[in-house]
Amino acid sequence: MKRIALLGMPNTGKSTLFNRLSGASARVGNWPGITVDLMSAKILMGGHIAELIDLPGLYDLHGFSDDEQVVRHFLSNNTVDLAIIVLNSSQIDRQLSLALQIKNLGLPTILLLNMQDEAKRAGISIDTLAMSQQLGFPVVQISAKYGDGCPQALQVAAKQLADKKNEMSPQAIAALLEADVQIEQDMHNIVKKSVQMPAELNDETTDKIDKVLLHPMFGLPLFFIAMFLLFQFIFSAGAPLQAGMAWLLALLRSTILEPLLSGLPVWLNGLLLDGIFNGISTVAAFVPIIVLFFLVMSMVEDSGYLSRAAFLMDALMSKIGLDGRGFVMVLMGFGCNVPALMGTRVMRSRPMRLLTMLVIPLSLCSARLQVFLFMIAALFKPQQAAYIMFTLYMVSFFTIFLTAILFKGQYKSTEPFILELPPYRFPTPRQIWLRGWQEVKYFLNRATKFIVIGVVMVWALTHYPTNVPPASVGTLAGQIGALFAPILNPIGIDTQLAIALIFGFVAKEIVIGSLAVIYGMQGDALSHQIAINIDWVQGMSFMLFTLIYTPCLSTIATMKSESKSSVFMWLSIAWSLGLAWVVSFIFYQGARALGF
Amino acid sequence: MTIANNMKLNTLNPGQQGVINAIDAEQGLHQRLNAMGFRIGKKIELIRRASFNGPLHVRIGATDIILRGIDAARIQLIPA
Repeated sequence: MKRIALLGMPNTGKSTLFNRLSGASARVGNWPGITVDLMSAKILMGGHIAELIDLPGLYDLHGFSDDEQVVRHFLSNNTVDLAIIVLNSSQIDRQLSLALQIKNLGLPTILLLNMQDEAKRAGISIDTLAMSQQLGFPVVQISAKYGDGCPQALQVAAKQLADKKNEMSPQAIAALLEADVQIEQDMHNIVKKSVQMPAELNDETTDKIDKVLLHPMFGLPLFFIAMFLLFQFIFSAGAPLQAGMAWLLALLRSTILEPLLSGLPVWLNGLLLDGIFNGISTVAAFVPIIVLFFLVMSMVEDSGYLSRAAFLMDALMSKIGLDGRGFVMVLMGFGCNVPALMGTRVMRSRPMRLLTMLVIPLSLCSARLQVFLFMIAALFKPQQAAYIMFTLYMVSFFTIFLTAILFKGQYKSTEPFILELPPYRFPTPRQIWLRGWQEVKYFLNRATKFIVIGVVMVWALTHYPTNVPPASVGTLAGQIGALFAPILNPIGIDTQLAIALIFGFVAKEIVIGSLAVIYGMQGDALSHQIAINIDWVQGMSFMLFTLIYTPCLSTIATMKSESKSSVFMWLSIAWSLGLAWVVSFIFYQGARALGF
Repeated sequence: MTIANNMKLNTLNPGQQGVINAIDAEQGLHQRLNAMGFRIGKKIELIRRASFNGPLHVRIGATDIILRGIDAARIQLIPA
């Protein structure tokens, strides 16, 4: 049986022609030398059955796209008795190169100039006889879409097939294409040695995983389980690292810093050790968890799962005026609100973007988490801790939903929600590391700046004027606390906690550090003192307020630079402060009214 | 599974295919759909729907895309 290869540039109607010639007989099959399936069909040609194969479209026989390589490999491994080239008549001036490249292979060939109707309309006329004399093989104009010229093309093909015997074996063609094969080899070797690409799962595997992860009933529960396990992993793997870091820092203080600084005046010693060192070490102890958090987050992000999360959550998010991407941003906000705010850049509609930016600061970020872990350990039994933490996450979601519902009327959007679902990928370790490291660097840069300034200020406020005991009502801090007392007393927050809250406005990382400076204590001693000073209702009210009010100065600055609107920034600050007070007030007064 | 003429993309059942015949959208949406590979004459398959009337998961060639029903309603199909 004779074999006919159909070759041509992409979008020339080659497949339309194939469908017209093959009728219903086409099938998909494997071929030697290549890994993709090709369509082929048995057709009647000049009284004989011939096999017609539809090769992938290509621009250049010597090019290196996947399709171009497939065509070369096919021709080097399979005998072809006739090559039918399909080109677009109206672009013939550019496309003729392919016909000349194939001519050089020495196969029996015919050239079909498709879309003759379009060319005619464009005023292009082609002298096929002259062209055929130049090329050395027949040229026929056709319209594959309407069938014009097709019977004639078939006749010419049958005649060529009968008259010309193919003298080019696949080996001979392979020899002609050897230079290209060499380049393919070299490309492959260089890429293999010097380029790292993420392993992409093939479509079939992606389909199978999607069947489970996007299941109509189990998709959402699986998503929440996956998230829970990731958080669980971060905190259980991070806890020992955190303890080790704290131990190292304590060692640094007692063996190096204290002897070294003992000669300094008392006030300077206090500032350096109890102020700056305590402040920095409070943050430093949390660095291992933050690093892990960002490594895991960037892995999830690059794996392709976040677009699936957007798919699963979009129905719910659309009811509160957001979309699936908004949910993904909120999830990223659990790490740090700042990159999540920047991530809203993918949204084109401004109202949708602003509404998303309004809810992101309400997601419980890792800095707030650190405050809660400390307060819960001080005020609650260990077996209650998980429930309190879970409640705080639920309150975070609740405030996000409430805010979106209340403001969605102001930020109406008709932004279409269209997203590509990429195949699942395994990000390379290098890729995870680079992305994670960027985030960590940003976090550290921000934290150290604010922490040093913030803790020094707390120290100064709680130690001046010097003629009263540190952190007493007579100090600057005590006076500021008294100023805010009328507002903060109804929600159960005392002077010391009020100072911590004021500094928490700069960054939540400072809150525990400033409590340490205010009480002049650290670690367990600090926890005991706090448990003596306030009860759990006050502590819970303090945590609710900390959760809801403005996360930090960086978030505010990002809010302003991303929204390019001071009005929006102030709205966000006012709303979160107001909401924080109302929620704490309802909780505190409610709990007291119930007798707690 | 064949579909009726001029069916809208959002009315397909999972597993059904059609060929895009018309895209009835204003310029912004039209451009985004185009960029994602929604072109007249392209074959499109509905893979699944998210629960609670959520977005549709469709496939054009080798590209998987999710979009809401309201946007999918602007895409008219003819049988493949």
